[in-house]
Amino acid sequence: MSFGPNPWQQTSWDARAAGNFIGGGAGCGLLVFTWLASVQDSLRSVLIVLALALVSLGLLCVWAEIGRPWRAINVIFNPRTSWMSREAALAPLLLGSGALALFGVAAALPLAALLALGFLYCQARILQAAKGIPAWREPLTVPLLVATGLAEGAGLYWLFAPWWGQGTNLLWLGFGALLALRFVLGVGWYRRLARQLRPRALRAVNQAGHAFNAGSLLPLAIVLGVWATPLAPGWSAALQALAGVLAALGGAAFKFMLVTRAGFNQGFALPHLPVRGVRR
Amino acid sequence: MTRWAMVADLRRCVGCQTCTAACKHANATPPGVQWRRVIDMEFGEFPDVQRAFVPVGCQHCEDPPCMEVCPSTATKKRADGIVTIDYDLCIGCAYCAVACPYQARYKTERASFAYGAPTENESLRHDDARLAVATKCTFCVERIDSGLERGLTPGVDPEATPACVNSCIAQALVFGDRDDPQSNVSQLLATHKHFRMHEELGTGPGFHYVWDTLDDDAGGGEGKI
Repeated sequence: MSFGPNPWQQTSWDARAAGNFIGGGAGCGLLVFTWLASVQDSLRSVLIVLALALVSLGLLCVWAEIGRPWRAINVIFNPRTSWMSREAALAPLLLGSGALALFGVAAALPLAALLALGFLYCQARILQAAKGIPAWREPLTVPLLVATGLAEGAGLYWLFAPWWGQGTNLLWLGFGALLALRFVLGVGWYRRLARQLRPRALRAVNQAGHAFNAGSLLPLAIVLGVWATPLAPGWSAALQALAGVLAALGGAAFKFMLVTRAGFNQGFALPHLPVRGVRR
Repeated sequence: MTRWAMVADLRRCVGCQTCTAACKHANATPPGVQWRRVIDMEFGEFPDVQRAFVPVGCQHCEDPPCMEVCPSTATKKRADGIVTIDYDLCIGCAYCAVACPYQARYKTERASFAYGAPTENESLRHDDARLAVATKCTFCVERIDSGLERGLTPGVDPEATPACVNSCIAQALVFGDRDDPQSNVSQLLATHKHFRMHEELGTGPGFHYVWDTLDDDAGGGEGKI
């Protein structure tokens, strides 16, 4: 038996913190997909610049959130146990290798993609290590956030690639597989939370779930539709871009909600009530 | 070894918040910041209702999640179990605040005072280093350290004991060395049923809650007639 007041939404991290997860996740996913897709010509530069800009913007968001921004360098002091330190330590390597890839160093893009995967993993572990928030500390949060970031990145790729005449059937199906994986992980994550969270906290997670479902199932339906139906190239490109936008926006909205609306703590709880006066 | 710990006897606490006020006075925390607070909990439905007053704050955990996540190493744990924050290292990222399962950490962006202008006590104790960084209960570590230097015993001698414990009108708060079997906290825990909050998380809090005597035949707790 447990007694205690209702949990409440954490107020320590706001939209700026969410911005780091949104920008970092989508940017890293895009770098990985850019490498996997062997993107050519000017599109390669466009996508790398966009990915690095998103990661940088996310870091800028979190820099704007910290109380003492001029000692931000201290963030790297605890790589031994802190996933935030590890993320921060990877950031300059990621941005540097991305910049080298932009200037034509061939080996830099796979390195940047690898570092992006590491950065994305660190971000997921940051949330999962927050023991005070049951919805975040759930172990499935890690694969869910990694899959979300990759799906967002794939979505951004498909927002641009068709207009450059790039993107293969295999990559299109890979995008669909990522969306399906993200959805399956999300369902599993939610089911586990449903068994643990108090009703108020679960309602908040449900709200985040709308964006998640729409951002996963709608683009997945488009992926299957475009794959199965012969369409004029213009229509096909438009639908691919739409699916990409939906996947990216859905993931971003989910992470925004998860941090700023569904980040309920677990409140206080008493496994026993004090025995006073006549024993009950 | 020494392991400083606090015990709150839930049967004794009357929810007067004197400990909260004493903590605010001793540490000059700004409005809205309560390193020691007392939660008023109500359970059941009329007429079968119960009420409990629960002192909470930093639990000075054995395995503090705040320390693990802290990216700047500002949060540390001393050998005696007290969890500290180095205000000059902290970057104010508030990661520790979301990692703490006890909602014990605060971050105040700018200076504010209870009555607008700082009172004499607030002027004396205000510290700009505590702005925009994480803050929390320190177990009044300065009092403990200076008391030990003078040969005093924390938890026994008021000059070496946390302000909240000194102020408690019902002696519901007790402080002492958990590793010393003769200490007041060890004796209290040995003779009473007790628990630690959110034990399942494995943080090993240094804050214990007494809720009953060990002897089930006692017929009642503190209010026994």
